Amino acid sequence: MVDAHADWPLIQVIGLTKIYRVGVETIHALRGLDLSIGRNEMVAIMGSSGSGKSTLMNMLGCLDRPTGGSYLMNGRDVSKMDANELAQVRNEEIGFVFQSFELLPRQTALENVELPLIYARGGWRGRKQRALAALDRVGLLDRVEHRPNQLSGGQRQRVAIARAILNKPSILLADEPTGNLDSATTTEILALFRQLHLEGQTVIIVTHENEVAAHCQRVVRLRDGRVLSDLSIEQDIAGRHLPTTAASSSGAAPPC
Amino acid sequence: MLNPLFWVQAITLAFSQIWANKSRAFLTALGIIVGVASTTAVIAALTGLKAKVLTEFESVGASKFFVFPDRPENAPRNMYPWEKILLKPAEAKAIRDECTLVKAITPITEVGLDVESEGKRIEGITVSGIWSDWHVVQNRFVQDGRPFSQIDDESERQVCLINEDAIRELDLPANATGEAILIGGRRFMIAGVVETTQARFFGMNTSSAEVFIPFSVAVKMQDRNFFMRIEGLFTSPDVAEDAEEEVRFVLRRMRGLSPGDPQTFQVAAIDKFIAQFKTLAAGITAIAGGIVGISLLVGGIGIMNIMLVSVSERTREIGLRKAVGATPMAILLQFLLEAVTLCLVGGFIGIAFGRLAALGLTLIPGAQLEQADVPFWAVALSFVFSAMTGIVFGMFPAIKAARLDPIEALRHE
Ligand SMILES: Nc1ncnc2c1ncn2[C@@H]1O[C@H](COP(=O)(O)OP(=O)(O)OP(=O)(O)O)[C@@H](O)[C@H]1O
Ligand SMILES: [Mg+2]
Repeated sequence: MVDAHADWPLIQVIGLTKIYRVGVETIHALRGLDLSIGRNEMVAIMGSSGSGKSTLMNMLGCLDRPTGGSYLMNGRDVSKMDANELAQVRNEEIGFVFQSFELLPRQTALENVELPLIYARGGWRGRKQRALAALDRVGLLDRVEHRPNQLSGGQRQRVAIARAILNKPSILLADEPTGNLDSATTTEILALFRQLHLEGQTVIIVTHENEVAAHCQRVVRLRDGRVLSDLSIEQDIAGRHLPTTAASSSGAAPPC
Repeated sequence: MLNPLFWVQAITLAFSQIWANKSRAFLTALGIIVGVASTTAVIAALTGLKAKVLTEFESVGASKFFVFPDRPENAPRNMYPWEKILLKPAEAKAIRDECTLVKAITPITEVGLDVESEGKRIEGITVSGIWSDWHVVQNRFVQDGRPFSQIDDESERQVCLINEDAIRELDLPANATGEAILIGGRRFMIAGVVETTQARFFGMNTSSAEVFIPFSVAVKMQDRNFFMRIEGLFTSPDVAEDAEEEVRFVLRRMRGLSPGDPQTFQVAAIDKFIAQFKTLAAGITAIAGGIVGISLLVGGIGIMNIMLVSVSERTREIGLRKAVGATPMAILLQFLLEAVTLCLVGGFIGIAFGRLAALGLTLIPGAQLEQADVPFWAVALSFVFSAMTGIVFGMFPAIKAARLDPIEALRHE
């Protein structure tokens, strides 16, 4: 599939909107967002709280449907897929890493990593080898039989990453993956993401921290559900010293 | 669509879910356990009773009938005194000679008499007067000597048949045929020895010493108004209805009853008892089935409740499973399987308890339920019903789980 649409960007989002209705209030979480991400990029998505980062990530991960606009993944329009097709895309193309890990508490590390294989179409043979290989890549071969409550926060997030990369997804999405971790562990986890990126994995990370973004090549800043700036890491670092950013038309840049 | 790994993990998960919430699962399945157990026990008892009754009926013979005097219902006692309604030998003869659908018939009258051999005297042995057809009617023949013949009765011969118990009690030689004994002071020659195999009818055991003499001779030794009954065989069980009618017709004529008069006797055929009993047993089984239905309904509501709790407790888990690629169908099947497993485990425990109860029934002395057993169909039906309860009552929670929005499920506290 990737080869068939090699001329398309991996992710192409055009005019994406998301409106939540809570009681009588309407919340515009995304207001016509455009974004294009190519294969083997490592992108940081930043922005103040409530700017729509998680909402965007959920759309990119096919966990949620946009209210309007279109999302093409490898040239396929995800917004037109039914529940079963979306499940298949989530299973085969997407690896999602959550801030709160989301491991099943009663299952071992190995069983947690194997989870996506349960819902895979065929190819489940040699599952244990695959799960062990994934655990090996995150450096947890010595914790295979441990349950989540027997692991540290960093180790739990490694199990979650192993689960996310098990099916060799096209896109690895991480929404504040280090939000619950201390700085030393954060560095470890980011080194892991970089390693995966070096091996060819497309990685998109939502973060509040410049140190985290520093590991990426590209930084996309959101504000009020729109892209505020989309710069290479070098440009972004340079722009942080200015009072306002060039791309901004609606006010001051967020004080990151 | 769903790979084998899914099924393996779904079944494992169903059992581990039950195991992790043992007491909750047990309490939930209690309705099903109790329902299945009680129904299994009732069916076992009925099966035992039916087997017992039918073997007893069959040992008597399905084409058998009885005639006995009977005072009409609600009739004043003085209008129908016993001596007026008692059966008479002439009536037995009329049935024998006129009823074409009657294959064999014998009057039977019993009289307690003293019996004496050379060395021994026993008082008050039941001596039965019979016709030669008695052998056919009761399916009892001689193991030694000769059976009764019609001539014995017509010529009022002083001959008798006895059984082995009587031989023993009277200290007669093992080969007693040809010996002479005194019955009620009269001298009788032993013509033969009747088989000991007894037709037992509802514990009415005519064991111990038995002595038979020709009916015509017995009549002479009876009081003036003596009691006799008639036993006979129809030509086949299929003609029972017509044959009964025939017997009734002959007897009514003999008694000079006009069409409107109430009947002063009863004709009872075994096949009717069997049919009635079978209807009764089927009725009780249906009631037991109804009880299981109600208990499964009650149990099923419990299942639905606990599955709804399970779905809401595991909302985040459902969200995660969807995030890694579970289709709505996969989620639905997983929860359905869990409900069905819970019900089947309940059904299994219920059947186990039911079997235990059935075993207990067979051990109750005098309950006549030695043959109580849980038939295979009852086990199969219990499992099918339990599984269906799981499917029916697990469906709503499972659909609820399958429809959850992945991101909202993951946001669930
Ligand atoms: N389920 C929801 N229902 C209603 N409003 C929502 C829902 N989810 C998000 N929102 C709103 O949409 C906007 C964007 O939320 P979002 O979670 O994407 O922000 P974010 O950039 O991830 O913030 P943070 O950095 O705090 O995680 C917010 O105003 C939020 O209140
Ligand atoms: Mg967020």
